[in-house]
Amino acid sequence: MTDALSQYSVLALYSAMALYAIAFVLFTLDLARGASDDGAPVGESKDVTLAAPKRKLARIAMALTVLGWVLQLAATVMRGLAASRVPWANMYEFAMTGTLIIIGVFLIVNLKWDMKFLGSFVTGLVLLLLGLAATRYYVEIVPLPPALQSYWLVIHVFVATLATGFFALGFALSLMQLLQSRREAAAAAGAKTKLAFLTRLPDAAQLENYAYRLIIIGFVLWTFTLIAGAIWAEKAWGRYWGWDTKEVWTFIIWTIYAGYIHARSTRGWRGTRSAWLAMIGFAAVIFNFTVVNIFFKGLHAYSGL
Amino acid sequence: MNPNLGVTGWLRWFWRQLTSMRTALLLLLLLAIAAVPGSLVPQRSSDPNGVSQYFADHKDTAPILDSFQMFDVYSSAWFSAIYILLFISLIGCVLPRTKHHFEALQAQPPTTPANLSRLPAFAEFTVTGTSAEAVLEAGRSALKADRYRVARYDRGDTISVSAERGYMRETGNLVFHFALVGVLIAVGFGGGFGFAGQRAFYEGQAFTNSLIAFDSFNPGRFFNSSTLTPYTITLDKFTATYEEKNTNAIGQPTDFTAEVTTQVKGEDPQKNTIKVNEPLRIAGTDVYLLGHGYAPTITVRDPEGNVVFTDSVNFLPQDKNLTSLGVVKVPDGLAEQLGLIGFFYPTVSEGHSGAYFSMYPDLIDPRLTLDVYTGDLGLDEGIPRSVYALDTADMTKLAGRKAPQKSLEFSVGETVELPNGLGTVTFDGVKRFVSLDIHRDPTQGWVLFFSLAALAGLLISLFIPRRRMWVSVTENSDGSVTAQCAGLARGDDPTLLGAVDALKDKMERTVGLSRD
Ligand code: HEM
Repeated sequence: MTDALSQYSVLALYSAMALYAIAFVLFTLDLARGASDDGAPVGESKDVTLAAPKRKLARIAMALTVLGWVLQLAATVMRGLAASRVPWANMYEFAMTGTLIIIGVFLIVNLKWDMKFLGSFVTGLVLLLLGLAATRYYVEIVPLPPALQSYWLVIHVFVATLATGFFALGFALSLMQLLQSRREAAAAAGAKTKLAFLTRLPDAAQLENYAYRLIIIGFVLWTFTLIAGAIWAEKAWGRYWGWDTKEVWTFIIWTIYAGYIHARSTRGWRGTRSAWLAMIGFAAVIFNFTVVNIFFKGLHAYSGL
Repeated sequence: MNPNLGVTGWLRWFWRQLTSMRTALLLLLLLAIAAVPGSLVPQRSSDPNGVSQYFADHKDTAPILDSFQMFDVYSSAWFSAIYILLFISLIGCVLPRTKHHFEALQAQPPTTPANLSRLPAFAEFTVTGTSAEAVLEAGRSALKADRYRVARYDRGDTISVSAERGYMRETGNLVFHFALVGVLIAVGFGGGFGFAGQRAFYEGQAFTNSLIAFDSFNPGRFFNSSTLTPYTITLDKFTATYEEKNTNAIGQPTDFTAEVTTQVKGEDPQKNTIKVNEPLRIAGTDVYLLGHGYAPTITVRDPEGNVVFTDSVNFLPQDKNLTSLGVVKVPDGLAEQLGLIGFFYPTVSEGHSGAYFSMYPDLIDPRLTLDVYTGDLGLDEGIPRSVYALDTADMTKLAGRKAPQKSLEFSVGETVELPNGLGTVTFDGVKRFVSLDIHRDPTQGWVLFFSLAALAGLLISLFIPRRRMWVSVTENSDGSVTAQCAGLARGDDPTLLGAVDALKDKMERTVGLSRD
């Protein structure tokens, strides 16, 4: 029974990945189309407005992403049921749940603002992480070691993953912002650029606003993660803070994003520099999840490898 | 800059630099960077063995790194300098803002700008058959209902109200920054008044909370040993449960439980359990289950059969199947001082080379092997010796590898002769031991309090919009009345446009204009 469930889980995950892959291609084609469509001047509108028919590709890609997400949700739930616990207790499961949440955040944000232009990035990133997880870090289901048997595992890890979802979108938006401001500068100087595909995207200032709003949500969640982690560490290891490698990196990430928030209100740092900080912050998040989990030694040796 | 500033001038200049937003930002980023090396190089505080290993592996570079305090990054002079500067900057920044904010809280909203249509959010409408005062009142009450602070300003024919809300945004921001200072202070003091001690003991043994009962003890700077509340903890039983069904995880631990009897002086004894994520809170201290292992019971007799040593001895686990290493010292009662060092295997198995190892952590086929040394145990010089290490420098090896005879080997209940007719050793049975970590941190509640205050302040300051709104009303020459609504955000405010539109709609409805 358990075996069958975990096999179905893998099957559902692979199907989800296939859908994401198609969605990735369509999202990218949709982006590329922007290049041949220099019609709408940048910054003309506060929202991403485009005649619906032109964006058929993006809409299909979105539908596929939703479908893939449902399949991945099923995969994750089955994994959890098979293990009789939350499905985030080793690298493979972190990746599975984490990417589920990244896509989930992407879909939810899209209900509010049209962010289909991030589809390529999001599906691409998720495919990369899931591909790595499935091929390199797959492990069979094993029970939780005593150190992880705590409801703080549920809370702390879940909220951390949720924060990661917001930071990921913040990263993508900041990257777009950087490229967009480069394109805007080139356009102002009358030069030609390869960035024409960005014409249909919001202008750099608007991208920055979007990025900021998502990142502050991520930052609040990350602050909570930090506190919850300390409470758990106090219960499990007898001290709330011990500069364990994972704690160090959680702190570093928090500090970088605090810097990002300050940068927005520091003269000379708004715009390009703060975008760089947002990107460095997310790079640190990814580093924390991959390199620190796998190669660094410390109390948080739960990668399951 | 004027070179003739004088000392106070320079100080003032320095202070302004230090408390500027840019400096705060740079210090924050610097702090993030400075924290990195501590995750690359082992730290004395969290991984002392790793540091020794590093010194052994990198004989050339380790001392150089050490001179930069790379093994104590988080208490190093340079790391401390950064965060202390950061916090001075923070205080210097936040105090004037607090004063400013108090003044703003008491002040009226500012006068209405002359040209509202130039503001980032603007809407207007014209209505007939009503008075300017009535239209303005519609706006004023709508703003009041949305909890704006409202003031009336008239200029010529134009009557207006000015409104402001979201003072909580700045309050939250200040609470957040002050709470960070609180966290820092509480953390700083916490280490000072508390203590942390470790103690390993086996089933049936009792631990008394007093200085001499600890195997190791780290008091804080201001710790006073008279604050140790007397109590005892007796280990009744330790149970480790291992996975037996799941073929991917055979032998993986699924539960550790220590059943204990605790007694605070002057109170009745109580039964309690301690688990990995469930520490025992007793008399102001927290007791954590840190480790566990086996304690074989060993009896040594002289050639006449008199017992010269009998005790359970904690063997320290060396791997996840609990191959364990332990030491027995018998200074008196035999012809020579005797030292035994050996391995305990809860479930013994033999490798290709003939070496034993444990293949399962639970007690299925326990085996004990002991190497035998005689000579000087080095106990008489008054130098403290670890009970877990045997100094064999002044001893002769009688049994074991490269010795005249093989190691002594026991199953439970077996007795084996010592070499040279020294006597006998008996392996009577196996108990389990636990190592407990006993802590007191009187300020950790404060750390939590300030952390949560910071979180609350953060939520308020990031998500409550601060904005000003204005409504100005003019009576036109044809008797109709034109109302203008405008808004200005302070800080990030995605909902400003919507708020101005909503205000206009509300006013229109109040004065009887239907929306078209
Ligand atoms: C330990 C050091 C610091 C940390 C971790 C920190 C963190 C933060 C965070 C997370 C925010 C955004 C949340 C909020 O608005 O309450 C913020 C805002 C702010 N901080 Fe700090 N801060 C620090 C030091 C400072 C210092 C030294 C200054 C003054 C120079 C400062 C001035 C400000 C200001 C003015 C804002 C509001 C920014 C805005 O309106 O967007 N902070 N800080």
